[in-house]
Amino acid sequence: MSSHAIHQPPRSFLRKYIFSTDHKVIGIQYYFLGLFSVLVGMALSLMMRFHMVHPNVAVHWFAKIWPTAAEGGVITPEFYLALMTMHGTIMVFFVLTTVPQSGFGNYFLPLQIGAEDMAFPVLNMLSFWITLLALGVMLSAFFVQDGAPLSGWTAYPPLSAVGRIAGPGQGMGQDCWILSIALFCGASLMGAINFIATALDMRCKGMSLMRMPLTCWTWLVTAVLGLLGFAVLLSAGVLLLLDRMLGTSFFLPAGLLINDQILPYKGGSPLLWQHLFWFFGHPEVYIAILPGMGVTSQILSTFARKPVFGYKAMVYAILSIGFLGFMVWGHHMFMSGMNPYSAMAFSVLTMCVGVPSAIKTFNWLGTLWNGKIHFDTAMLFALGFVSLFVAGGVTGIFLGQPTLDLYLHDTTFVVGHFHIIMGVASVFAMFAATFYWFPKMFGRMMNETMGKLHFYLTFVGVYAIFIPMHNLGLAGNPRRYSAFTDVEFLAKLIPVHVFITHAAYFTAAVQIIFIANLFWSMFKGKTAAANPWHSTTLEWTVPSPPPHDNFAGVHPVVHHGPYEYSVPGAASDFIMQNDPPLPVPSIVQRIP
Amino acid sequence: MTETAHDIGVNRRASFTGLCVLLVASTMVFAAFTSAFVVRRGMSDDWRPMHKPPILFVNTAILLASSIVLDQSRRSLRRGDRSGFNWWWTIATILGVGFLVGQGWAWYDLKEAGIYVSSNPSSSFFYVLTASHAFHLLGGVIALIYVDVQALRLRLGPAKRTAIDVTAIFWHFLDAIWIYLMVLFYVWG
Repeated sequence: MSSHAIHQPPRSFLRKYIFSTDHKVIGIQYYFLGLFSVLVGMALSLMMRFHMVHPNVAVHWFAKIWPTAAEGGVITPEFYLALMTMHGTIMVFFVLTTVPQSGFGNYFLPLQIGAEDMAFPVLNMLSFWITLLALGVMLSAFFVQDGAPLSGWTAYPPLSAVGRIAGPGQGMGQDCWILSIALFCGASLMGAINFIATALDMRCKGMSLMRMPLTCWTWLVTAVLGLLGFAVLLSAGVLLLLDRMLGTSFFLPAGLLINDQILPYKGGSPLLWQHLFWFFGHPEVYIAILPGMGVTSQILSTFARKPVFGYKAMVYAILSIGFLGFMVWGHHMFMSGMNPYSAMAFSVLTMCVGVPSAIKTFNWLGTLWNGKIHFDTAMLFALGFVSLFVAGGVTGIFLGQPTLDLYLHDTTFVVGHFHIIMGVASVFAMFAATFYWFPKMFGRMMNETMGKLHFYLTFVGVYAIFIPMHNLGLAGNPRRYSAFTDVEFLAKLIPVHVFITHAAYFTAAVQIIFIANLFWSMFKGKTAAANPWHSTTLEWTVPSPPPHDNFAGVHPVVHHGPYEYSVPGAASDFIMQNDPPLPVPSIVQRIP
Repeated sequence: MTETAHDIGVNRRASFTGLCVLLVASTMVFAAFTSAFVVRRGMSDDWRPMHKPPILFVNTAILLASSIVLDQSRRSLRRGDRSGFNWWWTIATILGVGFLVGQGWAWYDLKEAGIYVSSNPSSSFFYVLTASHAFHLLGGVIALIYVDVQALRLRLGPAKRTAIDVTAIFWHFLDAIWIYLMVLFYVWG
């Protein structure tokens, strides 16, 4: 096992910016990989929204890019499913899993715990390059024969397992999908090894576990979830590939009739895939959201100039969310003909997740209570995260009831629910983290005016997209359908779809403000001080951007908890973690 | 900047943590396969116990022997007996490669008997589990060879002791997984 290298700054361009083992460069590489992916994913979603309201309108350039799948420029229902599959897969794996953990985590975990680098820098570089390769393989699915797969990001068999006979894209497209996910699993496992070893063993003197910023706690727990989850997904992927390639029957039952052909498989169980998949898939939801919770806690505390309310409770809530995450996968399968007693057990456990989630929400509100709140853009996005987390979490309680889920499961209610809680909330946390840490990463401040404008427009936009989806779902609008024009009972709902589509165009358009702000600020922004937000954690003790070995060869020593704001008797309203201990015992010291 | 004793200590601890995490990941892989095995066997009526190549017992003996020899080697090093270490470690490496060859033989034997990966769920799982194990073992053999080359070139400084310990623990883990798989095959396979 390679271990951490000597920190001479690399000289050549290639070693410095491309094949770098520096966690900061790798973090930024992951960030831009995610940024590219999110733009691709967003473009796919816009095509879907367009098709839903104009199912028969031909678009000239669709036909140019996809001459067979969108023949004549009209998106076929199959191609709609391919767009849906690729949108979901790219967003879940290459955005929500990649940016909060591998992007920001890579950059800031070592800095926040006072380490020079991750525990295994070469392994770290390898994870990034394998992730990039996985993204390449995933996108190539669009360009192989018959195009991208149709089976959704969950790849349920039999559809995903029987090959070309099940539809276009189920041949080579699905193979690309599985290969890409297998590569992604490998990269994530390497990442998990690195994060866990770093958080446990690389902490500087005085940085006890209970003095770690909550961001580090969430990165650690997320790494554990990734470790256990991705190993299982990898195994399941191997079995699925064997079913496809070598004619085994792990997931394929006997007597399968597809397109008038009886397939030769026997004895397998599609439900087996669902169990294995969701054993990974549910923790995956927390992989996406936990780092967002961490950064939200950090930002709320910084910009309210108050300690995080109930730090210990927050840590235990993170741990219990992680633990419970592995016991609730069955709530994705209420529709599978599950034994009602099992459904009840999964339902009760699902309700239990509400307890630590509520603890976190109330602690965020407690942190804000009576605070001197500074409404910078980072803070606005963090507040937006809390809002979205509540709005998306409440509908989770609905869906956790088997009786309600049977009605709502295959409707757009679920689409609205998971987009708000898993997609948009996480993205808001990424925005918050970008505005908060940009000065450290690039040495310049982002533009606040553009930032605020972007926040307010996006905040209105995402609610305008996803809240009506709940109403559609309650009205019985099925999900995964490519068009509703021929369905009588849905005709009255078309105006709502039109509204959602326009809201989606609007929200996508205002992201241009963010992209412009990001790149403009990178080169033209105001030069950032070492600690522009008057934060307390260690990354703000070093210059912006930090030198190659982070602390210039000095091992920092920590004397304080992570969130000592407005401490009575202190000289300023924040105490850095490595400040010398206060002369008189403070209240905050006794409540770490 | 040179590596200080502090750094070596941190690296050693981090390496062991990394190893533990890796073992957990590998365990999860085999746990997932096992749960699939149990479900697939329990819910269908097409599972037929398969013919198992007798060479598996020879392979088991080789693998166990390699683990014992590996520990003999580490004991030699602790006594300061460098040449004893090199000698035993080389033998363990050869035994490791021997196990892989033996597994190849077992697969060939099955192929000759007309038992392929798609013949029956029992054979499907046999191939999947043995191949996953062999894949892990290949990594172990590469690590063994790496340490061996370092040792024979007299480059085994104190910092390399971690590599020795990590490799040995990983090897014992694969040994345990193999015993588990043998029980699985002969009791339920």
